[in-house]
Amino acid sequence: MDLNSKERIKEKPKRVASDKWVLRLYVAGQTPKALTAFANLKKICEEQLKGKYSIEVIDLLKNPEKGAADQIFALPTLVRKLPVPVRKIIGDLSNTERVLIGLDLLPAD
Amino acid sequence: MEKAEQNTSNMSLPKSPTGIQGFDEITAGGLPAGRPTLVCGGAGCGKTLFGMEFLVRGATQFNEPGVFMSFEENNEELIINVASLGFELENLIKNKKIVLDHVHVERSEIEETGEYDLEALFIRLGYAIDSIGAKRVVLDTIESLFAGLPNQLILRAELRRLFRWLKDKGVTAVITGERGNETLTRQGLEEYVSDCVIMLDHRVTEQTSIRRLRVVKYRGSIHGTNEYPFLIDETGFSVLPVTSLGLEHIVSNERISSGIKALDDMLEGKGYYRGSTVLVSGTAGIGKTSIAAHFAEAACERGERVLYFCFEESPNQLMRNMLSIGIKLEPWVKKGLLKFQASRPTLYGLEMHLAVTHKFVNEFKPDIVILDPISTFDIGEKEFEVKTLLMRIIDFLKVNQITALFTNLTSAECSIESSDVRISSLIDTWLLLRDIELNGERNRGMYILKSRGMANSNQIREFVLTNHGVELRDVYIGASGVLTGSARIAQEALENSEVLTRKHEIELKKREIARKRRALEAKLATIRTDFGSEESEAIKIIEAEREMIKRLEQDKIEMAVSRKAKTRKNSTKNLKK
Repeated sequence: MDLNSKERIKEKPKRVASDKWVLRLYVAGQTPKALTAFANLKKICEEQLKGKYSIEVIDLLKNPEKGAADQIFALPTLVRKLPVPVRKIIGDLSNTERVLIGLDLLPAD
Repeated sequence: MEKAEQNTSNMSLPKSPTGIQGFDEITAGGLPAGRPTLVCGGAGCGKTLFGMEFLVRGATQFNEPGVFMSFEENNEELIINVASLGFELENLIKNKKIVLDHVHVERSEIEETGEYDLEALFIRLGYAIDSIGAKRVVLDTIESLFAGLPNQLILRAELRRLFRWLKDKGVTAVITGERGNETLTRQGLEEYVSDCVIMLDHRVTEQTSIRRLRVVKYRGSIHGTNEYPFLIDETGFSVLPVTSLGLEHIVSNERISSGIKALDDMLEGKGYYRGSTVLVSGTAGIGKTSIAAHFAEAACERGERVLYFCFEESPNQLMRNMLSIGIKLEPWVKKGLLKFQASRPTLYGLEMHLAVTHKFVNEFKPDIVILDPISTFDIGEKEFEVKTLLMRIIDFLKVNQITALFTNLTSAECSIESSDVRISSLIDTWLLLRDIELNGERNRGMYILKSRGMANSNQIREFVLTNHGVELRDVYIGASGVLTGSARIAQEALENSEVLTRKHEIELKKREIARKRRALEAKLATIRTDFGSEESEAIKIIEAEREMIKRLEQDKIEMAVSRKAKTRKNSTKNLKK
């Protein structure tokens, strides 16, 4: 299983290579979880989507009104705005495989 | 919070009134202010509506804005759903009285990757509360989170934190929860929300559904412990605090006409007491509804408001039938003094009937309520329950000084008195209509079985339906019993002829006297004429006698003359002198 998945990771980016990735990370202040999540996200993006992604970090403590628009209830939450469909990943993104599945970079099986 | 502080002075626990009809009465003021309350129940029991009404009434009646956080329905759906209950959410939202926030939790869209918390929910809620200065919050149904989030450990810890946080915020919160198999809620929310728990229930017995509400617990407050029926209709929620009623209602000495003159006469000439309960019972087709209709008409003529519940006939049919005995009800309906409320008793359960009665009475504010007939409640119901129902209705009406008239259909097989015995103690004035079968006829008889607080007539009267209404006739007690119908008419004829004969005799006597007088007068006349003729006879005789005397004198003189002539002259001179 593990080997198979790794092979697919290499295939996947090719298919979505032309797309631009817009990612949003919702946090509430500089909590340890928020910092971990950001670090994990940065790492995954550098590995998988180098050069074609943008990350916007939204601090709900500063902009509480933004939580409702993206239906955020847990923190941290990563939202893939583009490519559509919108995807949501909650947690500190420490489980890389789940993150990849969540971002549709890896089929969920 | 201001409200909470005000209340502290006279109550140990500050309360936040819900504005829901009846609910504030059974909880002695409403929900615990500044604390979360759990409202649980099965699907379709009205949890969401309870929460929504709490917010809407808070915003409109108590100037407490509120936040509705929905985990199930989105905002548009909510607005449409509650619009059918008369709540105009859009205006309230526009005026910053209510904020709707739909939290969409969809398992398939969520990927869990490591540690997280629900801080965003707190922030959203906090933001919504602060944006309008909300005092009330509804979370409906937070248990949806359990379906959306796999990590229950985090969820439970966060929920505990959430409820603590709500308390710290000082908002009065309603949290709804789905009913579990053995617990109050599926996810055991009662573990976290323990100040006040309200259970809603929706049961179907004998094909009729009954909604009930129960206050399971309420820390630091007294509350009614019964199951209270409640009602959801076009005006929202209403709970019936029926069993809380006592017997301390005001009693009126005012008397009101029954609409039938002769019946009023039987009741000391004044009619029923205002606020009393009148029962008219009798067998089928005996005229119970007619008595009720008379009463209704008389009340409308006095300008009073009448609410007429008919359980067997449609209003139009009833009005037509009453027209045939000369009672015109339709004009009063048009004037708005008389209102018919027709429904089959089987349409709802007993509790629901009570609820419906309450609702309509509160809406229409009648002076008189007529239930026609109450016997239809009996179908498939237990006696005890029917009696309780009636007792509650009677209590409710008495407290509101409403005169009630019930009709009751009694079966012909058993004695009328015994079949009604279970409600007799609740009734103030009891009119009994009964068949009197005699001489191959079926006639109607009426008497007053009892009438509390008045010296009522003990007479059995014959009761006749004419084209100008109900009439009461005197009945004749003959050797064979009570005479009614044609037997009564025969008796009346008999009496009439007797009177005639007497009159005849008097006439005869008078004539005889006249005749005698005439005879007497005739006699007197003859005597008088006889006397008259005798008298004239006597006068003639007297004249004749005088003539005779003169002639004798003459003769004497002539005799003297023939003897001496001079003497004749002298004597003539003497005679002349």
